[in-house]
This record gives sequence, C-alpha cells and structure tokens, in this order.
Amino acid sequence: MTVTSTRKDVEALTLGFVTEFEAPIERVWDLFQDPRKLERWWGPPGWPATFTQYDFVPGGDASYYMTGPDGTRAAGWWQITAIDAPQRLEFDDGFADEEGKRVEEMGAAHGVVTLEGIGAVTRMTITTYFESREQFDKMAEMGMEEGMREALGQIDAILAETTV
Amino acid sequence: MVVDEVTSDDLDRLFHALSDATRRDIVARVMLQEQSVSALAARYAMSFAAVQKHVAVLERATLVSKQRHGREQIVSGNPQSILRAREALERFEEIWRGRTDRIRAILLEETVGDKEVTGPTVAATPEAIPTRPPSTNDPKGPSS
Repeated sequence: MTVTSTRKDVEALTLGFVTEFEAPIERVWDLFQDPRKLERWWGPPGWPATFTQYDFVPGGDASYYMTGPDGTRAAGWWQITAIDAPQRLEFDDGFADEEGKRVEEMGAAHGVVTLEGIGAVTRMTITTYFESREQFDKMAEMGMEEGMREALGQIDAILAETTV
Repeated sequence: MVVDEVTSDDLDRLFHALSDATRRDIVARVMLQEQSVSALAARYAMSFAAVQKHVAVLERATLVSKQRHGREQIVSGNPQSILRAREALERFEEIWRGRTDRIRAILLEETVGDKEVTGPTVAATPEAIPTRPPSTNDPKGPSS
C-alpha cells in the first residue's frame, strides 16, 4: 500500500505532504501539465474545477473556478514560477473573485511539487509555504471550508461504497 | 462551521500570538508548568512590562490564562488552543489528501485502460467447462 506522510510546522507555517504512486513519473507529471487532467482532481468532491486559462510555462498564468453542487462558483488563480519537467513545479496559488480577478489581499500560498521516480513508483512531495502569518490566517478560513468539503466528500464516497 | 465555532478572528489572534519567538517560548514553558509573570520575566532580556505585554497577547488568543495569587500573577497554558492551530493546518492537509486520492484513482484508471488495449486475457479453463455431475443413481430415473 501507499504510504502518505505529512509534516506540519505551525510555527514556520509550512505543510509538507509526501505520497507515492504506482505509476511512472511522466504519467504523474501529466496530471499537472494537462489542464483537462488537472481538472479531474484539483477540486474537492462535488466541486469540479474548470481551468479557463492554463499557461504551463515559467511565469505563466492559470485561472480556474470550481462549481459546487448548487452552482456556486469558487474561483482561484495560479502563477507558475518554475518548471523543470518532469520533476519540479512551483506555483503561487490564490483566490479570485467572481470575474476571475485576483483577490490580492488574500495573498497566495507558494506550492512546490517534486516528483521522483523510484523504479516503477513515483514519489510526490508537495510543500505549501504561506507567505506570512496574516496571509495564513486568511487562507486558513477558506482552507478550513475547502478541507471540510474534502472531508465530507470522502465520507460520501465511503457511504456510497458501503451501500452498493 | 463545526463544534467549536472557530472564527477567523480567533485564528487571527492565535497565529498572531504564535508569530513571535518569545511568545512561543512562553507558551512552551507554561504548557509544561505554570509560572509567575516575574519568573518568566527573569528568563528574557526584556523588561517586566514587555513580558507582561506578551502574556496579554497570549491571553487574548486564549493560549494561556492568568490568575492572581496574592502579589503574583500565575500564567498557565491552554493546550486546547494549540490544538486549534494544528487543526487549521490539518484542513489544508485534508485538501491534499483528497487530491492525491483522486490522482491515484486517475492513474489506476489509465493503467487499467492500457491493459484493455493489449487485449483482455480471459481464457476458458477446463474447470469452467460444465460437466455432468457423476450420477450415482439409476440413470433411467424414476421408472419403477
């Protein structure tokens, strides 16, 4: 089975996440590179993401929105800051308003994705850095909501499985 | 939200309180054992008033509580609030946990798809061929 480990540092405001996939590195990379594939896993259950822009180059912009079960939209943006295919991707990730404009006062989290091929397995490490305490506070509130949806979605999935 | 009704103001205060090294040190010490403000002040190269201010910030964030014992002000820790800060980070962790589960499902789906392209390997085994059960009775059946 796949081992997933996490490292939380409340004081340094970083969150590390390590997991392994039984798939070649190129295939995992493709799930980040191809917006149609990215859309399938970025949003929490019941909140599929639609990327309206995805410029997968260093400095490139991406815009997306997630659509909730009642049609509510939650928008966000990425700015890709570094690409070293197929092993490293860095991006800033923030919230956007209904028109897709960046909500600057929310700030952005900086995400670093590294992939490492170990035989037939790919190890993925994701580290999220929050730029400041203020920014973390603001994102924590939004993140708590999204985390809640995530948790609820998983419960739904488990319930669906057990009733089948 | 849930149970505790944690507002963004609460989190604001919590993370602001934890953003300073002296305050984190105070929290760590009083979590282990309650201490007077003057005992704490003796540990840091700053005035009693400055330490008292730090304690007040921690108090507002509900990380510590302060009680007066005679002339002394005793500071004790509130582990519940530290847990709340961790919980906020756990929500982010939950997001990534969900995402990696979905990535795993997509990868698996793709792998299964590839195998189908090379052709399904469903072979008829001898066991799968229906055979007549060995009959112990008169094969002519109920004729008597």
